[in-house]
Amino acid sequence: MAALLSVSGLRASYGPTRVLHGIDFAMDEGTITTLLGANGAGKTTTLRALCGMVKTQGEVRFAGERIDGKATEWIVRKSIAHVPDGRGTFVTLTTEENLRLGAYTRKDRPQVETDLERVYGYFPRLKERREQQAGTLSGGEQQMLAVSRALMLRPRLMLLDEPSFGLAPLIVQELFEILRTVNEKEKVSMLVVEQNAAMALELADHAYLIETGRVVLSGTAGEIKSNDAVRRSYLGY
Amino acid sequence: MDAVLHQVLAGLATGGIYASLALALVMIYQATHLVNFAQGEMAMFATYFAWSLINAGMPYWPAFLLTVVFAFFLGVVIERVIIRPVENSPVLAVVVVFIALLVILNSVTGWIFSYTIKTFPSPFPAEPIFGSYITSHQGGAIGVTLVVLLLLYLFFRFTPLGLAMRAAAQNPESARLVGIRVGWMLALGWGLAAAVGGVAGMMVAPIVFLDPNMMGGVLLYAFAAALVGGIDNPAGAVFGGFLVGVLENLLGAFVIGNELKLAVALVLIIGVLVVKPSGFFGKVLVTRV
Repeated sequence: MAALLSVSGLRASYGPTRVLHGIDFAMDEGTITTLLGANGAGKTTTLRALCGMVKTQGEVRFAGERIDGKATEWIVRKSIAHVPDGRGTFVTLTTEENLRLGAYTRKDRPQVETDLERVYGYFPRLKERREQQAGTLSGGEQQMLAVSRALMLRPRLMLLDEPSFGLAPLIVQELFEILRTVNEKEKVSMLVVEQNAAMALELADHAYLIETGRVVLSGTAGEIKSNDAVRRSYLGY
Repeated sequence: MDAVLHQVLAGLATGGIYASLALALVMIYQATHLVNFAQGEMAMFATYFAWSLINAGMPYWPAFLLTVVFAFFLGVVIERVIIRPVENSPVLAVVVVFIALLVILNSVTGWIFSYTIKTFPSPFPAEPIFGSYITSHQGGAIGVTLVVLLLLYLFFRFTPLGLAMRAAAQNPESARLVGIRVGWMLALGWGLAAAVGGVAGMMVAPIVFLDPNMMGGVLLYAFAAALVGGIDNPAGAVFGGFLVGVLENLLGAFVIGNELKLAVALVLIIGVLVVKPSGFFGKVLVTRV
């Protein structure tokens, strides 16, 4: 079976500073893959590169089709939803308007209404706050909103940039629980970037370790978890 | 008392025109954080287009509608062709482009139509309404303004495209991530702003007469209105427009005389910037560090 997403030789720079030095990885449909690494390793840049938000060289294929060098708006229409770093909330719009924007590219209006109820089912708190300005939501609620907005696309692949960032441990657990449910029930593939390696390895099937813009280690989540170097540097025991 | 009421009503009529133009300024400001100094000249140019149509024998309302469409496309084309290339330039560069646009539109209009002052027809009957407190044109201008404002409100509040435009203005990066073509939303915003400005131009032209410099004063009042209401708040700008219109008329009639009327706008602009830069309804930007 061909990979859902395959990346080879992905390079990217911010001005003269090269951040990605040729990243290679692949993931299968229906799986959860995580990219681990320290601050500044290039995880966020990798996700941004996949969405056409930074200029890149190298090849990115999604379901067999080249998506590198394409505009972000075009890539979204291939059913790739990005939960960005910093959550990307439309702060002056209401919660529900934020969610409807997630379905902006969809033409099936009646199903969008059903999906709205579906994500409210996952996150009842958002339903309570549907008419509230999204900027007034708490950090945890805004992260739920970002995930929900991505779900409104009915994505085939979700890119999640540090979904646990700045959240209380209990909320992180709740969020990851829901991500697992979405993956199992709706067969949404996920590529998760995380600093919280322990949580990410719990969730993921496969993991890649990135150091200074290169993949230095890859394997199933179990293999990575039991790797001595990873354990010492990223899991801290 | 009668005189005061008369001045207030007349103030509301011109205030509605300031409100429309202020709204056009705010629409572009929200998306780009820049004040379009050429907004008035774009409106003036559209009004000349209407004058040409009417002069060629077209009835008023078809000419009105056609002008709104023309102004819309004028705005879109200006954004795509002139503003787009300087999008990421420093603020001053863009301001210079705006001023150049102002001067170019003004001169081109003068070149095509000459600088002689022309009369511009009003679609409303000549006899006054409400027991001669207000001319029909003033009453009609208020009505037209309110209809335009209502349509804009409904568009931005209830249509998917209006929502997408608000999203693109508020957070362009996130907007791209949900698939919104942000560049086109900006162009649409310019088109709508120009169309609203065009309506304002056609409503003010019967009062101030048509000439290439007719929008200079109006734009100044519109700036004052937008600032008073808060430059990032559409509803505030509309309120500011009506307020400035009434204030200008009352002060002009009873306090400072007509010669100093325009100074009211300048005093308001300076006063607001000094005392309350965010305006009555604007957001005070607080950044957490």
